[in-house]
Amino acid sequence: MNFLFEPLTIVTFFPLLGVLALLLINSEQKTAIRWTALVTALLAFVISLWAFFFSGQYDVAAPGLQLVAKYDWITVAGWNIRYYLAADGLSILLVLLTTFLTPIAILSTWTAIEERVKDFMIFFLMLEIGMTGVFLSQDLFLFYIFWEFTLVPMYFLIGIWGGPRRMYAAVKFFLYTMAGSILMLLAILWLGINLDTFAVPELIGKVPAAAQMLLFVAFTAAFAIKVPMWPLHSWLPDAHVEAPTAGSVILAGVLLKMGTYGFLRFNLPLFPEASIQAAPVIGALAVIGIIYGAAVSYAQKDVKKLVAYSSVSHLGFVMLGMFAMNSLGIQGAILQMINHGLSTGALFLLVGMIYEQTHTRELAVYGGLWKIMPVYGALTLIVTLSSMGLPGLNGFVGEFTILLGAWGAGSGSYGSVWFAALSAIGVILAAIYMLYMFQKMFLGPAGEITKHHPLHDLNWREIATLLPLLVFIFWIGLYPKPFFDLMSPTVDELVKLLSAAALR
Amino acid sequence: MLFSETTSSGQFFGLVPWIVFAPIIGLLINIFAPYLVRWLNQTFKTELVWSETATGLVASLAAGATFVIATLQLISLGQHHEGAIIPVAEWIHVGPLALDWNFRVDSLSTTMMLVVSGVGTLIHIYAIGYMHEDVRFKNDVGRYNRFFVFLNLFIAAMMILVSGDSYLMLFVGWEGVGLASFLLIGFWYDMDTLGRPSWANSNAAKKAFITNRVGDFGFLIAGFLIFSYMGSFQFDTVFAAAPELAHAHPEILLLITVFMLIGVAGKSAQIPLYVWLPDAMAGPTPVSALIHAATMVTAGVYLVTRSAPIFSLSHDAQYIVATVGAVTALFAATIAVGQYDIKKVLAYSTISQLGFMVAAVGMGAYVAGMFHLVTHAFFKALLFLSAGSVILGLERGHHHLAHGHHADHAEVFDPGDMRNMGGLRKQMPVTFWVYMIGTLALAGIFPFAGFWSKDEILLDASRHFPHVYWILTAAAFLTAFYMGRQVWMVFFGEARHEAAAHAQESPLIVTIPLMILAALSALGGFMNLPFAGFHNFAHWLEHTLGEIEVLGLDFAVAGISTLLALVASAFSWFLYLRKPLTSGQPDPLKKPLGLLFVGMENKWFIDEAYQHFILNAYANLSKFLAQTIDWDFWHEWFHNSVIAKNFVGLTRFLADPVDLGVVDNLSKVLADWVQETSQTLREMQTGYVRHYALSVLVGVVAILGYLLLVSR
Repeated sequence: MNFLFEPLTIVTFFPLLGVLALLLINSEQKTAIRWTALVTALLAFVISLWAFFFSGQYDVAAPGLQLVAKYDWITVAGWNIRYYLAADGLSILLVLLTTFLTPIAILSTWTAIEERVKDFMIFFLMLEIGMTGVFLSQDLFLFYIFWEFTLVPMYFLIGIWGGPRRMYAAVKFFLYTMAGSILMLLAILWLGINLDTFAVPELIGKVPAAAQMLLFVAFTAAFAIKVPMWPLHSWLPDAHVEAPTAGSVILAGVLLKMGTYGFLRFNLPLFPEASIQAAPVIGALAVIGIIYGAAVSYAQKDVKKLVAYSSVSHLGFVMLGMFAMNSLGIQGAILQMINHGLSTGALFLLVGMIYEQTHTRELAVYGGLWKIMPVYGALTLIVTLSSMGLPGLNGFVGEFTILLGAWGAGSGSYGSVWFAALSAIGVILAAIYMLYMFQKMFLGPAGEITKHHPLHDLNWREIATLLPLLVFIFWIGLYPKPFFDLMSPTVDELVKLLSAAALR
Repeated sequence: MLFSETTSSGQFFGLVPWIVFAPIIGLLINIFAPYLVRWLNQTFKTELVWSETATGLVASLAAGATFVIATLQLISLGQHHEGAIIPVAEWIHVGPLALDWNFRVDSLSTTMMLVVSGVGTLIHIYAIGYMHEDVRFKNDVGRYNRFFVFLNLFIAAMMILVSGDSYLMLFVGWEGVGLASFLLIGFWYDMDTLGRPSWANSNAAKKAFITNRVGDFGFLIAGFLIFSYMGSFQFDTVFAAAPELAHAHPEILLLITVFMLIGVAGKSAQIPLYVWLPDAMAGPTPVSALIHAATMVTAGVYLVTRSAPIFSLSHDAQYIVATVGAVTALFAATIAVGQYDIKKVLAYSTISQLGFMVAAVGMGAYVAGMFHLVTHAFFKALLFLSAGSVILGLERGHHHLAHGHHADHAEVFDPGDMRNMGGLRKQMPVTFWVYMIGTLALAGIFPFAGFWSKDEILLDASRHFPHVYWILTAAAFLTAFYMGRQVWMVFFGEARHEAAAHAQESPLIVTIPLMILAALSALGGFMNLPFAGFHNFAHWLEHTLGEIEVLGLDFAVAGISTLLALVASAFSWFLYLRKPLTSGQPDPLKKPLGLLFVGMENKWFIDEAYQHFILNAYANLSKFLAQTIDWDFWHEWFHNSVIAKNFVGLTRFLADPVDLGVVDNLSKVLADWVQETSQTLREMQTGYVRHYALSVLVGVVAILGYLLLVSR
């Protein structure tokens, strides 16, 4: 039973305690349910902070896996499946992002979710377990279980609490991710059977070059759909538009990052040769995604859809940086994952807040909101600017580092000047669709809704929901050092591994 | 970092970060004080008010503090010419990239700081009076506070721009001022310039931001090139590496300058990206004066001057920049001739004058360019603020009439249209006199400030780039002409509208800053006289720019330009004042110039061309991608019709035969189990979903089994 007391076990499974507590509460006591869920999520955040920064067991400066919890699990018939949790510079920020965004998302449901609150919160905490597990698993089999597990609560969150076409969106979300995952499962099994272990650290450097490309493609199928990379994004607008606000926040904030994280954790280190070969293709798809996502966003009439398509563009930047395969590109990519979680998460929160009052997301009916809702307007402006990469805010630091990495300015130049130059056009296009959104909602003369619908500015709970995100938007923009410090030792190792593979 | 050892000896250098912090503190106070006051009133039943005076005072004090700090830098520089670099914090350190928040004090950055803080403070004070009336004319008193928050934000960003020690920190300020400009152009975001409900002002704001982003794209690419070939963004490191690059890859150096020029064209409103600046006049007049005339738009000139060690290495680069500047100067001047709005004339004049500066720094005449930047800041801020005073005067007149006659307010009155003015020198004597001084300075009449600085540019051009000289001389002729036209139309002749006849002079809080700026416009030229021993400004900048070629006074060049200015003024008098315009009369130039004047009047239809060929094209492309490609084809047809339908067919095929057999039981067991354990899931147990889940399960089992069998 030792594995139960491992710090990372506690980090991952702590929300289960909240789930158990929720089961004991009468479903009519909505306030108690909400508080229980919120406190659980907050404690989970505190515990994750404790595990990494105050337990004394995690050395930020060390590159390798730490806080290792490694136990034999399924060892029948020659299988070597382990319960293997550990963290390093690639995962720490994403784990923290997960535990940070979950309480925020729960707080955002305070008045938005009135139906079956208990079920909602149970699914939500289950989702947190799944996501945290994905970022901490170092055993492929365990990873796969967490990976698939996240689908279930998300499926119900969309399918039960979603918009009018929720069933369609939920099924589509489920099937798409599932379809990609099956190829990954095949590859995982191949690895585990042929190389006698599912443990990622043990597999590094062992995968024969001849097999790498097929395996790379199989993993890519799962991750590229999740990201989603162009042209596999078709499920995303549906899922986002139909999902309840908190679902969208987590979907954009964390679930999409599972895809980019997958590339980083598995594709790059396990199949370095194949990654190098595939880099131009991935880079090209990323660039197309950046431009395409931005262009398509601009034509949207539904705010939520606009934000959803902007994710295609933003995650294109992440992929571009990652497959530049130098420290600038990869560190920029990791930071951009966090940035996207913060700013797009905040954007979905903001959209949800106005939707709660007006029940419409049609851009055309707004206009002139800033006059009536000054606080809401100001906060949206900051988030909008963060999302379009204004220097001094978080988005710029990530995008700029990525572009510089893609330009090939760092060590190990796989970057392409053309990719970077074209992607920089995406920076112009981002300004176009983001400012378009801001203008149509907040500026100009009062629109239909603004004129005729009773509107009130944000209340304290809503401000409290957004404030933590804003703190990080400024913090990362002005002083990103602590965040880069967390990832740089591990990324440096990864870059070394990739450079070595390039020489082979 | 290179100079960090000198920081201890320059006693005031350490204060330079406060040039950014002070306005930030100012804006934070103005953001939160009203909320604090409201909270206090509610909690302690007090009756405090965060008044307009408090807002204006806090903001102006913050701006004033930056002027004090800039002056202290000047004092320290007097003792330590080499300046200092003041580190504040690390910023981005990743792999080979090392960016810091470092402030740079040298004679160039301090010049900019002094201009920004000096003119900025005067405009803050002016705005206390101006905005007091403006928010009342626009019927939204609550927005007063916000104006000063944005104005402080601008000062902070501009200070980052001019005092950063790397291209990237400069870029932070560069985009920061863009943001402030966006917010202030769109300050009256729910109306047009005449106060009617409209998208016009917010469109203008958006246009400014996006056009600047196009320029920023150029800046970014230049930055990438700089970093990949010179390994740093820090000024000294880059400049030290530049000669080697010029030797090894002259084409890369040229590319860097060309992309940087795109950035300059965006921020400093040069061809082809100048189109946002005239629209930017939608912002309140203090904004036009401070941001869109005196300071922000000169950032491009500053950037080229700062990058002198790069630009000086490439004659081609200098040729391109100088030509772009000169052509812009002439082109914008032709448009200014055909405008009727008092601020639009000044806006195109600003573009034209920026062209002079860009041409100057392009030619390598950095001192001349910077000198003109400084004098232009004085006289153009003066002209804009005076124009604001004129507009207020007319609005007062208009309101006076409306109240006096109980006339309906429905009449659309444009207080900025010069055709509504005339004879204002009697009603607004102070404004008139300061306006005249600004006009003389801009037209380049001896001995006002503009004469000296413009002459220096022309002289340099005549020596090194003759084609630039001829273009700029033509532009200078037009400058004197359109300013003459404006002055005659506004202040002379008879009032062409009742409002002009009843216009009232502005209060002292508005006119005192005008008088100070008028004094500077009159005397500003004396900081750099073209006589031996009087090149003070040149020697001052030499500490940063290195050895500078100083030119004496060339009587031929000075004589020709003065003569042309006088001829142009006389010509404009002949057209516009010999027989004063009457109400409704078409412009006297319309007939003789014909189509040419139609072009000038309509800004050569460049806006329309951009709208059609770029903006509409992009909007159509984006609609096509979104609707046809992404939705109809990819989402609806491919995914929903092809994949989903076939998939459903496949599951039916799988489910029907298999359902009868083994799996039927299995699924029943599963379903029953799910139903028993969780009430929640009951609703989801549609056959539809189960079919999907089932087929996935079948697939997984089959694959697993196959693998196990094969690999053992």
